[in-house]
Amino acid sequence: MKITLSRDNIESALIHQIERISGEDFKRCYQCGKCSAGCPVSYEMEVPPSQVMRLLQLGMTKEVTEANSMWVCVGCLQCYSRCPQSVSVAAVLEGLRQLTLRKGEDHQQIKDVPIPFLKKAPQQAIVCGFRKFVS
Amino acid sequence: MKIPYYPGCTLNTVAKGLDTSARGAAEALGFEMAELSQWNCCGATFPLSTDNVMGLAAPAKVLSGARKEGDTLTTLCSVCYNVLKRTNKVIKDNREKRAVLNGFIEEDYDGSLNILHYLEVLRDKVGFAKVKEAVKRPLKGVKVGAYYGCMLLRPFEDIGIDNAERPTIFEDLLKALGATPVEFPDKIECCGAHLAMNNEAVVTKLSGNVMASATGVGAELIVTTCPLCQYNLEKSAPKVSQERPGFGAVPVVYFTQILGLALGQDVASLGFDKSVIDIMPLLKNKEII
Amino acid sequence: MPRIGVFVCQCGNNIAATVDTKKVAEDMAKVPGVVYTCDYKFMCSSPGQEMLKQAIKEQRLDGIIVSACSPHMHEKTFRKASEAAGINPYRCEVTNIREQCSWVHHDQTKRVGTIKSNDLTRMTIERLKKNSPLTRIKIPVKKKALVIGGGIAGIQAALDIAEGGREVILVEKEPSIGGNMARLSETFPTMDCSQCILTPKMVEAELHENIKLYTYSEVEKVDGYIGNFTVQIRRKSKYVDEDRCTGCGECIEKCPFKTDSQFELGLTKRKVIYTPFPQSVPNVPVIDAPNCPKIQKDKCGACAIVCGPKCIDFKMEDKIVTEEFGAIVVATGYQLMPNERFDEYGYGRIKDVINGMQFERLASSSGPTGGEIRRPSDGKVPKSIVFIQCVGSRDEKKGVSYCSKVCCMYTAKHTMLYSHKVHGGQSYVFYMDIRSGGKRYEEFTRKAIEKDNAMYLRGRVSRVYEKDGKVMVQGADTLSGTQVEIEADMVVLATAIVSRDGADTLAQRLGIGYDKYKFYNEYHPKLKPVETVTAGIYLAGTCMGPMDIPESVAQGSAAASKVLALFSSDEMAREPITSVVNKVTCNACWDCVTACPYSAIERDTIKNRQGEVVRWVAKVNDGVCQGCGVCVAACRSKSIDLKGYTDEQVFAAINAF
Repeated sequence: MKITLSRDNIESALIHQIERISGEDFKRCYQCGKCSAGCPVSYEMEVPPSQVMRLLQLGMTKEVTEANSMWVCVGCLQCYSRCPQSVSVAAVLEGLRQLTLRKGEDHQQIKDVPIPFLKKAPQQAIVCGFRKFVS
Repeated sequence: MKIPYYPGCTLNTVAKGLDTSARGAAEALGFEMAELSQWNCCGATFPLSTDNVMGLAAPAKVLSGARKEGDTLTTLCSVCYNVLKRTNKVIKDNREKRAVLNGFIEEDYDGSLNILHYLEVLRDKVGFAKVKEAVKRPLKGVKVGAYYGCMLLRPFEDIGIDNAERPTIFEDLLKALGATPVEFPDKIECCGAHLAMNNEAVVTKLSGNVMASATGVGAELIVTTCPLCQYNLEKSAPKVSQERPGFGAVPVVYFTQILGLALGQDVASLGFDKSVIDIMPLLKNKEII
Repeated sequence: MPRIGVFVCQCGNNIAATVDTKKVAEDMAKVPGVVYTCDYKFMCSSPGQEMLKQAIKEQRLDGIIVSACSPHMHEKTFRKASEAAGINPYRCEVTNIREQCSWVHHDQTKRVGTIKSNDLTRMTIERLKKNSPLTRIKIPVKKKALVIGGGIAGIQAALDIAEGGREVILVEKEPSIGGNMARLSETFPTMDCSQCILTPKMVEAELHENIKLYTYSEVEKVDGYIGNFTVQIRRKSKYVDEDRCTGCGECIEKCPFKTDSQFELGLTKRKVIYTPFPQSVPNVPVIDAPNCPKIQKDKCGACAIVCGPKCIDFKMEDKIVTEEFGAIVVATGYQLMPNERFDEYGYGRIKDVINGMQFERLASSSGPTGGEIRRPSDGKVPKSIVFIQCVGSRDEKKGVSYCSKVCCMYTAKHTMLYSHKVHGGQSYVFYMDIRSGGKRYEEFTRKAIEKDNAMYLRGRVSRVYEKDGKVMVQGADTLSGTQVEIEADMVVLATAIVSRDGADTLAQRLGIGYDKYKFYNEYHPKLKPVETVTAGIYLAGTCMGPMDIPESVAQGSAAASKVLALFSSDEMAREPITSVVNKVTCNACWDCVTACPYSAIERDTIKNRQGEVVRWVAKVNDGVCQGCGVCVAACRSKSIDLKGYTDEQVFAAINAF
């Protein structure tokens, strides 16, 4: 893969929008990888947490918005908790989720949620799931 | 002692056992969990986006209502605790957001509530020594894995109930109850949380890691503070047993249930019957009941 | 009428681009008292200085204004030139029309810059008219140096000063000199044995006729000023008479009690009467009083019984000695950050998680394992070791934001030592960047990777935990973008270098500055790297920040050369910008005494002919006064003035504006 870097991409409106929603400054990340090391779902992510940060630093929004990472993040805050630079990748992934959800695009169709889950799962799981996956 | 109490949605329904056992234990320890006269859902997740405060309106409403009934508020569910405590901090520290929120919920709340988890009430208000004195049915010989999960501990700056990397509050309580807490590495790892909705494989794997980590060091019982952790662990147990040779599922119960048990409450009242994995054989085996 | 000359510098284009220097010169010629003006491309150049000297002679000038850069840059130059031409150097003043004028204005029409330069220069002219000639203050210099800290930097400084023929007292807190370097196994990048290169220097310091060692001692109080410091040193009781002890070691042999060895970082025990390590200098044991049953409960006393020369004295007490010095070198070194702060790495909880210094001891032939790499929990030889770098360093949240500088190199060294000592052992290194700037440093780290098979993984570790007797390491390799799990036998943390506990207290005693990490501040990071803001006090080594052995040694020598330069004459001259008290009006309220940050103001008396005290007045000690002017502001009766900056001068300048 080859990428072409430009200031227009690095400082694009979309990048700034994600920064604004998440409240995180991408430049703070120095790519130590501690988030990816400790993330319980890193193995499942198409782009692991530290690489999400790297791609955003490079202005490569498409690569991160198309990856499953934001939908797999459980929000356990282990990344933020151990980040030496106090960056919350969880918040950045929330920012990416919000980009989609605020456009009215659902990640999870309510009709597809299994009935046994709705009946048996704790309410908090249902409310939380809807807030993370449904616009 | 009367402590204003916010049960939260789940405790009113599927996690009734967590609620009733906590109330019973409180009574035995000489304080009352005074349920708020009015409350709503906390939102079940602390919003990680910081550009607006919509997600904070519901918990802010809970907090402003609670403030009218006292200066402390206690909760049981880890998620409610996390959401309320963090929202409270935002209202306290961020003038701008406070003003917007108050305008929206038409209240004038300043963040002056002290949000306590039930564990903190036991540790700081009652005292574990006093809990120990009140024990009538010591959980002698039971090796218990105290599973903290995420929301009770993180982020440390906002929650601060205990050291976020090597907490001991839970184990200290278990010791007071006469049980033998086992130290297992995954006690602060995630169960899979809301991915229960659409990604069972991840939940099975993460919950499996937690349970295997606990049973690997000899835990015969796992206790938790969070209904979602409890649900995910129990639900994953059969699959984990299939996937991991040598793994034997152990009961997963709420800490208040074994607290009530140790304090001598009627076993039938503790809600153990709601559990998928029956705790009774273990209790009988250990001659606790 | 004064005869003042004004010289306006163009500083190439630095000033001339926004200031019409020719016009400034012309305008200044009209100011009363000014008899000569000119502008020139570079006043600081040799021809510029010659011009100035020539004008002084030809025009019989008695005062000089140079409107140029900041006085910090060339005030000395122009004052020297003025002096050479026969006028008092303090009758030469510099107006700053560069940093404070041309550089901050961008008006290419030169209008603003010229007006402002005129104003500034005119103010200086009026100030100059009120200048009195001043003479430099001469201070006698006590030619004896105090070196605080007996690590490699302090030893080097002491040796160099002693070699220069001056007396030195070397104060060390521990029972032996040697510092942290004595703990190291081999040193990068040459791999020579640390103790083999250090101990000859330690012995040399002990035997040098000009060096006196005060081990087990601490600096309690520092008074005085450059050339004339009075220092109180607490010589902690060793309970052993240093002069008579032969160092036979019989007492240590017979002592029945053991406690954790600090020198070995808790990896082994030592006796209660002990020397920190076999090559200790001086080779005199001390009794660890809090752990000694004889001292605490009057039980035992075995050491005293076996001591041939009978030099053990359980009643010995601390002694405070007062010494005078002309200069002080501070070389108090560093310590490691407490690893317990990093709970995710399990230090303190998991026995086989150790820090880099502990690994040095394991690898050292004089260490607790005799140089064999054995893990602390069960003494087994580890088949794999994970090294984690930047533990606390470059970690704003839980540690410090700076880089500890030496960890990359010593970790590479550790992997080499491990591979040489344990054949087939696999080492893994989690790193963020490999910082190997230095002579033969990069080649060294490459060798660790290429020849000694260290597996370098670019990433941090999230957590370390125990599982079935193994130390599990969960990290990431960001280059491949994957999580990495390693079942290791041992983990070594490259812990951040931090300042010593108590570094701030000592700095306050000495009156030197320190940063937020309590590392001592040099006067200027580039041009005065071993000086402090307090004249006569110099710095060397890691008390200033992380550095390696060559740098520490170089700084020790640099500080020594500063001391020797100071000691090269019997008295030293210093700027006469000090406060002076008008004894007639001083009403002895002592506000100045309280206000003075340098304790430079004393309470003096005026006596009549019969020797009876008539009045009390404040008196400024010229040696200590730094000319800060705080007393001038504090004085309610307006009885204090700062020479060179008198109220009269300042008002004259303001009035001219």
